[in-house]
Amino acid sequence: MIPASFEYKRARSVKAAIELLADGNAKVLSGGHSLVPALKLRLNQPEMLVDIARIASLKGIKVSGKELVIGSTTTHQEIASSDIVKEHLSILAEGAGAIGDVQVRNKGTLGGSLAHADPSADWPALVLVSNAKVVLEGSGGERTLNAADFFTGFFSTALASDEIITEIRFPIPAKGTKSTYQKFVQPASRFALVGCAAMREPSGETRVAFSGVADAAFRDTGIENAISGKTLTAENINHAVSDTAKGQDIMSDHYASEEYRVHLAKVFAKRALMALA
Amino acid sequence: MSNRYIGKSIKRVEDKRFITGKGKYTDDMVLPQQTYAHIVRSPYAHALVKKIDISAALAIEGVVAVFTGDDIRNAGINGVPCGWQVNFKDGTTMKEPSHPLLVGTGDTIKHLGDAVAVVIAEDRNIAADAADAVEVDYEVKNAISNPFEAVQAGATPVHPEVAPNNIAFDWTLGNPRDEVDAAIAASHHVTTLDFINQRVIPNAIEPRVAIGHYDTTSEKYTLYTSTQNPHLIRLMMSAFVLGIPEHKVRVVGPDVGGGFGSKIFHYTEEALVVWASKQIERPVKWTSERSEAFMTDAHGRDHVTKAEMGFDKDGNVMALRVKTYANLGAYLSLFAPAVPTYLHGTLLQGLYTTPKINIDLVGVFTHTNAVDAYRGAGRPEATYLLERLMDLGALEMGMDPADLRFRNFIPPFDGVTQPGYQTQVALQYDSGNYEGVLKRGLEMLDYKGFREDQKEALKNGKLLGVGFSTYVEACGIAPSAVVGSLGARAGLYESAQVRVQPTGKVSVYTGSHSHGQGHETTFVQIVADKFGIPMEDVELIHGDSDTVAFGMGTYGSRSLAVGGSAIMKSIDKILEKGAKIAAHKLEANIDDLEFNEGKWTVKGTDKSISFGDVSLTAYVPHVYPEGLEPGLDFSSFYDPANFTYPFGCHIAVVEIDPETGKVKLKRFLAVDDVGNVINPMIVDGQIHGGLAQGIGQALFEGAIYDDNGQLINGSYMDYCMPRADDLPMFEIDRTVTPCPHNPLGVKGAGEAGCIGSTPAVVNAVIDALWSGGHQVKDILMPLTPERVWRAMQ
Repeated sequence: MIPASFEYKRARSVKAAIELLADGNAKVLSGGHSLVPALKLRLNQPEMLVDIARIASLKGIKVSGKELVIGSTTTHQEIASSDIVKEHLSILAEGAGAIGDVQVRNKGTLGGSLAHADPSADWPALVLVSNAKVVLEGSGGERTLNAADFFTGFFSTALASDEIITEIRFPIPAKGTKSTYQKFVQPASRFALVGCAAMREPSGETRVAFSGVADAAFRDTGIENAISGKTLTAENINHAVSDTAKGQDIMSDHYASEEYRVHLAKVFAKRALMALA
Repeated sequence: MSNRYIGKSIKRVEDKRFITGKGKYTDDMVLPQQTYAHIVRSPYAHALVKKIDISAALAIEGVVAVFTGDDIRNAGINGVPCGWQVNFKDGTTMKEPSHPLLVGTGDTIKHLGDAVAVVIAEDRNIAADAADAVEVDYEVKNAISNPFEAVQAGATPVHPEVAPNNIAFDWTLGNPRDEVDAAIAASHHVTTLDFINQRVIPNAIEPRVAIGHYDTTSEKYTLYTSTQNPHLIRLMMSAFVLGIPEHKVRVVGPDVGGGFGSKIFHYTEEALVVWASKQIERPVKWTSERSEAFMTDAHGRDHVTKAEMGFDKDGNVMALRVKTYANLGAYLSLFAPAVPTYLHGTLLQGLYTTPKINIDLVGVFTHTNAVDAYRGAGRPEATYLLERLMDLGALEMGMDPADLRFRNFIPPFDGVTQPGYQTQVALQYDSGNYEGVLKRGLEMLDYKGFREDQKEALKNGKLLGVGFSTYVEACGIAPSAVVGSLGARAGLYESAQVRVQPTGKVSVYTGSHSHGQGHETTFVQIVADKFGIPMEDVELIHGDSDTVAFGMGTYGSRSLAVGGSAIMKSIDKILEKGAKIAAHKLEANIDDLEFNEGKWTVKGTDKSISFGDVSLTAYVPHVYPEGLEPGLDFSSFYDPANFTYPFGCHIAVVEIDPETGKVKLKRFLAVDDVGNVINPMIVDGQIHGGLAQGIGQALFEGAIYDDNGQLINGSYMDYCMPRADDLPMFEIDRTVTPCPHNPLGVKGAGEAGCIGSTPAVVNAVIDALWSGGHQVKDILMPLTPERVWRAMQ
């Protein structure tokens, strides 16, 4: 549990952080809740850590036009307890509040969780279901990706080694949009064995995303197509969830086999949709 | 005498330092010139060590030394021996392979985490880096981790020369097998259960730490170690492992952050740091990482069992037949052979009058970490077996599980006017009132009301269940002659010295070792009341072999029953001598004195002398009885006459989510009888902690070795410990049936919670499933949601 030695640099600005990252074998440190355990187990042995936690411009929650904008180093707890978030996109507060425990929520950050892209983390499903955009900045300048394009697979993202996530931009949904995050925890880690995020707009358009089920978080278009525009009756919901997670690469471990995970995904999709009815 | 403290919930004296961060644990110690050790461990469970190359490690700046298994072999150091000998049924000695401190070139790795080398450096970081630089060439071999598979023909042997069939010993206890076979065959109904009592990992909050310090001028060795058992570590290490003179060895177990059994044993790392310290003539500290703790702290349980209970048509238990394969791991840890045998087979009478009982058991080597005593040690396994059979038998026969128990209970006996109860499996219970705890438990539960709720819940699609467990355990270990005849290679008495200072203040030296039990409070309550002085005037000293004459440590719920009784013997000697001094000073006949509230008084007069004045007189003997030695300081050894036998009733109420299989523990009730109680709050705390661990085994915990002997859940990300929000508020109560054979009438409370609780939870889940029409006999622990869900499919 002793990391290999590394150099530690605290960046004062995004520009400084990017310059340090461009130098070579470096990792970004924010809340440290994913990176530090990996360092301690020597699974990750970077030469340098670039600490971005104190860059003021990366922190904070605001409304900008029709978007809710959350800085990447904003902690889970800040999001879970934010009145702005609760007012405009309460599912984020609900989901952030379901992460780990108080100590984890006080240190862990939204950007850190997305960059790590643990398929069982809660944030990926939440950003997918809310059609968020992830803003990245690197030596080549700034770019903005749809959440769906940001995640590229098992623990992998579109983030380049000299880029950092600066903010996440969430479209504020139409008034009357309903949402819920239903989570079944892996009891040891308290990550999601299944995390189902669901949103339904007044138009009837419905989005459903999962964490914990497959090798990466995903939007379940099968469910979405089957239920969007239809009334949320038990019969319609049961029909919609019958092919949950179809075509996904389902995970399996000693807490949940592939078969059980898919079963749980159906159960939690059903519970989520019932909660939106 | 006074009655100010005993029986009162005095707040724990030691908590002031623990909760303000002032506790002093081994890792807090920094000795001058201290170095840091990091152990190179095998990433494989079974492998030939072909070559160990330490040159790159030695070249790293700050590395002081690197020792390998070759150095240990060349130095002629013995392995760590086992402390308990169990013989085969045919009388031959158990198979006892050597457990070397480090595995050398040409030798074989026997389990994941087996040690190959130790790197010693100026700081922990350098040591860790240099350990990474030690290159070991392994030839990886097939490993075996399941004890049943390990004894099948053709299984890979762990110790080909010593135990080619992986059997360490076979063993039987109870009535002759053929008589039991006949009784089973004649039974009206036989309940059969094939099950696994899974392996669990102790997870003390403080990982093991050891500092070896060899002083070149005095030629004295000191070992600071996070242990439950400093004197025994000294004896083992000096006499058996390193061959160094015991009087030149000091072992200190300072504040210890939990043990649960795992810190009873002498570990290789302890001898290693002491030996290495002599080689480099500097202190050597090793601090276990959490990953190492998962891999190498002795594990618990791990039985594969078939058990059959025969009933007559009225539900009377007629016979119990058991076959168990007990996984001992790769090496025999200190008490390993005793746990599945004399701490398990001997408890199979339970609380019942079963006339015929037989257990047939095989102790098995596998390529896994050692299994030894873990909170309860054998008794939880026995209780699990019996109590699962009782509830399942009731379900199968359509009887009520509480009624079935009442029908079969041994009637109440106090062990004073009525004799103890002689079991079919060697033990004689001291005293018990088994109906009493179940009656009280049913009252607290509102059993009748619960059954109505259960029916009602089912109508709404909810699965509610109740599970019972009534247990008896044997603790306060142990009468030395008895355990000696059963294979113990040491006595299991305890020592105590009570030293009254000239000013009447008292220092108490005990061989018991507190690592969470609150001895500094409980033992002091006793001494203060017996002398009629304030608790502030009494200090408890433990954990240092240089200050405490001898000790056998703390485990098996023995501290108060054995260590406390040793203190009582010294107290009696002091009061007897004090009375002589008092009589002389008061110019009275000794028979005319009474001792009360800290003073001797001549009965019927106001003439008295205080405990303090008598103490001063003992050390300033100017006016003093002729021929009496000065001083007021007595040592005693107490060897118990019998084990003590706490008992109790645990009841779990669960609700299962039928869609996911998730079990919610809604209520947990425990009525325990631990004999007399010195500090109710501390006993409650011990019960609570034990319940959490027992419930943890039922619902959350379980070490998983894969087919290659890899521990696949060796971290808190994967190994689930119970947390506060997993547990309901415990509802606990007690009955009091004093122990008839020790001076305090106490039985022991450290393990009870962990012994009774596990089967209650599993029984409750099974009851809930049956209520919903799923007639499931068993679910493998821990009862994860998937396993429960599968049971419903």
